[in-house]
Amino acid sequence: MKNKLNSIIIFIFLSFCFVVFYKGLNNSNIYTPKINDEKNIPIFKAKDFNSNINIESEKIFEENTYYIVNIWASWCVPCRKEHPLLMELSKNQSVKLIGLNYRDNLNNAKNFIIELGNPYSQILIDNDGTLGVEFGAYGVPETFLIDKNKKIIKKFIGQINQEIVDEIKSIIK
Amino acid sequence: MLANQIGYYSLIIGLFFSFFLFVVSIKDFNNLNKKINQNVFILSFLQLMFVVISFLSLILSFINSDFSNETVFNNSHTTKPLFYKVSGTWGNHEGSLLLWLLVLTLFIFLFLIKSRAQPKKYRILTVLFQQIIITGFFLFVLMTSNPFNYLFPIPQEGLGLNPILQDPALAIHPPILYLGYVGSSIIFSASLAAVTQNYISKEWSQHIKKWVLISWIFLSIGIMLGSIWAYYELGWGGFWFWDPVENVSLMPWLTLTALLHCILVLERRTLLTSWVVILSITTFTLSMCGTFLVRSGILNSVHTFANDPARGIFILVFLFVLIFLSLGIFFIFHKENNKDLNSFFWLSKETSILVNNWFMMYFLSVVLIGTVYPIFLDVLSTEKISVGPPFYHKLIAPFLAPFLLFMAFGPKLKWIKSKIENKNSIIVLFVISIVLTFGIIKNLSVNVLFYTVLITAAFFLFFTTLKELFVKKSNNISQGIAHFGFSLFILSILFNSILSSEIITNIKIGEKYNYNKSEIFFEKIEKKKESNYSSIIGYFKITDKNGKVTQLKPEMRAYNQPIIVTSEADIKTTLLEDKFLVMNLVKGDEYFNIRYQVKPFMLWIWISVLLISLGGSMSLFKKKYEK
Repeated sequence: MKNKLNSIIIFIFLSFCFVVFYKGLNNSNIYTPKINDEKNIPIFKAKDFNSNINIESEKIFEENTYYIVNIWASWCVPCRKEHPLLMELSKNQSVKLIGLNYRDNLNNAKNFIIELGNPYSQILIDNDGTLGVEFGAYGVPETFLIDKNKKIIKKFIGQINQEIVDEIKSIIK
Repeated sequence: MLANQIGYYSLIIGLFFSFFLFVVSIKDFNNLNKKINQNVFILSFLQLMFVVISFLSLILSFINSDFSNETVFNNSHTTKPLFYKVSGTWGNHEGSLLLWLLVLTLFIFLFLIKSRAQPKKYRILTVLFQQIIITGFFLFVLMTSNPFNYLFPIPQEGLGLNPILQDPALAIHPPILYLGYVGSSIIFSASLAAVTQNYISKEWSQHIKKWVLISWIFLSIGIMLGSIWAYYELGWGGFWFWDPVENVSLMPWLTLTALLHCILVLERRTLLTSWVVILSITTFTLSMCGTFLVRSGILNSVHTFANDPARGIFILVFLFVLIFLSLGIFFIFHKENNKDLNSFFWLSKETSILVNNWFMMYFLSVVLIGTVYPIFLDVLSTEKISVGPPFYHKLIAPFLAPFLLFMAFGPKLKWIKSKIENKNSIIVLFVISIVLTFGIIKNLSVNVLFYTVLITAAFFLFFTTLKELFVKKSNNISQGIAHFGFSLFILSILFNSILSSEIITNIKIGEKYNYNKSEIFFEKIEKKKESNYSSIIGYFKITDKNGKVTQLKPEMRAYNQPIIVTSEADIKTTLLEDKFLVMNLVKGDEYFNIRYQVKPFMLWIWISVLLISLGGSMSLFKKKYEK
């Protein structure tokens, strides 16, 4: 009798643990970095993708509009997947897309653009990956939204999806 | 590419062998033939071979940097040295699970070969229980964490292995730790099989002891390697942070240690059988629980690999199926041998081992609560807390002193009934310990009473075991060495924590920093470029108060793939102390931030763990245990 009671108590306790762990799993711990203190865009010089001329960052972000900086590479699989969404964004008049071609082979990168289309108003070459670091990127792809005050107001790590595109659209409206 | 396919299909074939093994074993179970059907051996061997093939093909994909394989793409890079390409195989989630499978299948095969003297039904049941675990892991790997996912178009370059994982100690840490973790699966299966067959006996304990020792040795060394890695690589100047993932490896170690001592009792008298079974079950469940906590991303930790709830749910369900299954079997089949229950004499080896068990259970609950409580709190009240080292230190340290004293007395006692002998020598040793401790402590500015008690207890164990080893020529050397190692371990940790000193300052190139008659001189920096990182090396000359000069060269590395900057501490190890220097760049300034630590007896922490493991190994190779 006592034995039975013990096993029932243990059973109930373990089931409780199971439920807690199960719920804990859904309280996912994924970190979405929130940029609370809005960061200014870094000042840098970079080579242009097509002309191979050095351009200063002030020249790149000189217009009074929203900018999106997208870090991509032809070898990066998620970049390929998010590309149609970038194409969709590029149709929007109130934002300009700047591509940061990250550690890539130039020919592969050009083929990538020819194959999938060019959403970027300007593409910069980041051969050694230092430009990405300046922006505070962890890897590719990453997407930064820059407002009219030239501050980075949003940062998306990894492949963007429709939700993020809608979010961006609602901000730049 | 081909390796990818071969690896994947080998895994599926391996899973099918599990089903065949179920069928053949169940058929053979009621067969009157005294020997196990030869097919069980063959199937088990083939299963092992296919997992080996699968594992080798993953290694091959890593060596060839075959980025059509998603695991390779995510965790490797062409510029990585070959050694880390290979170790990258198990440095990630998918590969490490494949390693689990490999060890699981390897151990059950070895068990089959090594257990020929055991009853047939018991062996078959062990195979069946083990195959339940193996099937679970096969399904887990194939359904949620396939290491052979195919990528198209094939990327030209991989994303690289996290640089802080590129370390020799860490390269061998997972395999060794897994041998310990997974070794406990055999103990789990075997004890369940033994319970159902009512075979928890002296013969069984002699046979299972080898497996307990093997897991225990590997687990001890595995934990130590992880700790060495944290000390050298993380650059925080500590070796144990009570990080959840560290705790998770410590918990099975605690239960396994208790189990090891229970088995010693069981070898002699049919006592503590419930303890043995429950500890066998808990050890493996805690190992699994560790996998769950680490792999599901439910915990925040330096080790968090991937956040994937799908994986978490699978392991969680699987874990609880195993727990309910094993507890169900225990409650239904286990019969406590009542006539022996009351035959404990208060002063005997059995009692002291029972006391040891309760201490272990206490330490276990502290660690378990500290690790799991934040999860419970988060779910039940959405409040977030993190439990840090002070919690563990406050709860564990006071109980350490009586624990150490018991460790000194316990082995001296005889089985069944004993009385205290050599009262004088005990008193002498105790007085020496107190005087010695007090002599050391009074010059230091620490809590006198607390540390005197703790260090006295540690010294007492130290001298007692030393005397047993050298003066009395005890016939139980393995136990002596292990307990001596433990006293050395506690002493090193205590003195390390009391005597460590730290200097943090900002310093320019060419500058000198003076403190306490010592001097830190920052000579110059040097830049270096390697294939997978570029680095800045600082040259420091440190003159201590005795005028001894030490050169230290800490390094800052900027890895290219993925881009991470790491600080490599420079550590000069001597017999008595470690000098530890790490530097960081202060942003937008020519100043460097340096942290200089003097840490006494670091080397002895590692040595003592090796001694403890050595004690275990000697017991493994000894034919007859004690008189």
